[in-house]
Amino acid sequence: MDEAQPLRVDEAPGPDVLVEIRGLCFRRGERVIFEDLDLDIRRGMVTAVMGPSGTGKTTLLQLITGQLHPEAGTIRVAGEDVGRLGRDGLYRLRRRMGMLFQSGALLTDLSVFDNVAYPLREHTKLSDSLVRKLVLLKLEAVGLRGARDLMPNELSGGMARRVALARAIALDPMMVLYDEPFTGQDPISMGMLMALIRQLNDASGLTSILVSHDVRETARIADHLYLIFEGRVVAQGTPDALANDRSPWVRQFLDGLPDGPVRFHYPAPPLAEDLFGGRG
Amino acid sequence: MLEAVARLGRGVLDALERLGRAHLLLLAILLGLGEVLRRPRLLIDQLFNIGVLSLSIVGVSGLFVGMVLGLQGYYVLSQFGAAESLGVMVAASLVRELGPVVTALLVAGRAGSALTAEIGLMKATEQLAALEMMAVDPVHRLLVPRFLGGVLAMPLLAAIFSAVGVLGGYFVGVGLLGVDEGAYWSQMQARIDFTADLANGVVKSLVFGLVVTWIALFQGYDTIPTAEGVSRSTTRTVVHSALVVLGLDFVLTALMFGD
Repeated sequence: MDEAQPLRVDEAPGPDVLVEIRGLCFRRGERVIFEDLDLDIRRGMVTAVMGPSGTGKTTLLQLITGQLHPEAGTIRVAGEDVGRLGRDGLYRLRRRMGMLFQSGALLTDLSVFDNVAYPLREHTKLSDSLVRKLVLLKLEAVGLRGARDLMPNELSGGMARRVALARAIALDPMMVLYDEPFTGQDPISMGMLMALIRQLNDASGLTSILVSHDVRETARIADHLYLIFEGRVVAQGTPDALANDRSPWVRQFLDGLPDGPVRFHYPAPPLAEDLFGGRG
Repeated sequence: MLEAVARLGRGVLDALERLGRAHLLLLAILLGLGEVLRRPRLLIDQLFNIGVLSLSIVGVSGLFVGMVLGLQGYYVLSQFGAAESLGVMVAASLVRELGPVVTALLVAGRAGSALTAEIGLMKATEQLAALEMMAVDPVHRLLVPRFLGGVLAMPLLAAIFSAVGVLGGYFVGVGLLGVDEGAYWSQMQARIDFTADLANGVVKSLVFGLVVTWIALFQGYDTIPTAEGVSRSTTRTVVHSALVVLGLDFVLTALMFGD
């Protein structure tokens, strides 16, 4: 497999950088997930982190939100070193973040309304009538005000993700993280989610981090793309810049080529040896 | 051979690690008990789920166990001309042993497995992670009320089991086999001691409630977040609870009733 060359972020982060990752190392057991990873997420932008399945995209979100801790390196979110925060500090920071999980992760024993109201009831002392108004506004923003009384098991996959999105923005966070938001969606739901992610980001002044391997959809709404492979950033730039990038790895990923730097075959001994070499 | 020893060692280390995690979880639950004072509604919900919803199986089981005790006790006692002692035999068996033990086994099977499956599925569907991301501690919000609900519900359910069992014994002994009704109740009243029998039975129930709920919650919280993982954890809850309850019953009986 061709060695993908890592890209370094050498310049010091400016004030417009919300998430600054430097020298990140992380492994699961013996498997290296990230090795000396540098990455910046700029305020007010939709930044997409892309790469093949199993490359650690979701793990990166878990590291940014403090669900996992890096072995080495630093992750700063709004100036705070996530790896060094205690539980209270981490919870304080998470109140300013929203996360859309791949499955939606709605609380199954609560209605749509109560799911969206949950963070408001937990972290604010707002009156019931004000909570109601806020919840209806958030649901209106995702087009599901009329579904407020449904239970999660009555929602389609796309609706569940939109409700989860309303819940993620309930506390008006500074940043929303999207974990594979388009996976398993029909074209209409996908279009709705794409429009929502872009509109919410622009209208609410959010910063969005989107993890995905849906190339076309992600490139249409992202301001900046990072491509990661084997634990490192191998390409970054605007969608237009990457579309013109000629490196074999970028071309294989963006064009969906079955073989290239990422091999079609999982490493194995020669077929003849396996078939006729007397191996079990 | 060497590989077998290594496998054994790895298994022991894994088991010790799980035991350590289980104790850390118990500590986190105990430290978070104040949470239910802030939100008593969560505890009431769990008392309903664990206690009220187990009433039918506990009541019916208590009735049949009491009836069998009445039948068997009568056959044995009547051989020695002591059939009038049937009441005290039935009550002592239920209050000291069968009430706490059988109730714990029933609760482990009905409510314990449900707790494991519920928490395990919440983990598998990322609901626990979602709570974490909403800056809500899942141990405080989910596990603490369930733990306290299980600990408090167990002695109440055991008391109901024993009371219904005494009535079952009465129905068979007095109603069907002709034991004197006055003797059945008066001997029970005279010979069952509040401290030695009732209080010890309650202590046993509390201990069983603690371990059964602890095992169920840990198995759910520590599960591998897949369908197979949740299935295995649910099975482990029932098996581990049964073994620990029976083992602990012997230890507690030796401590409480030994000379």
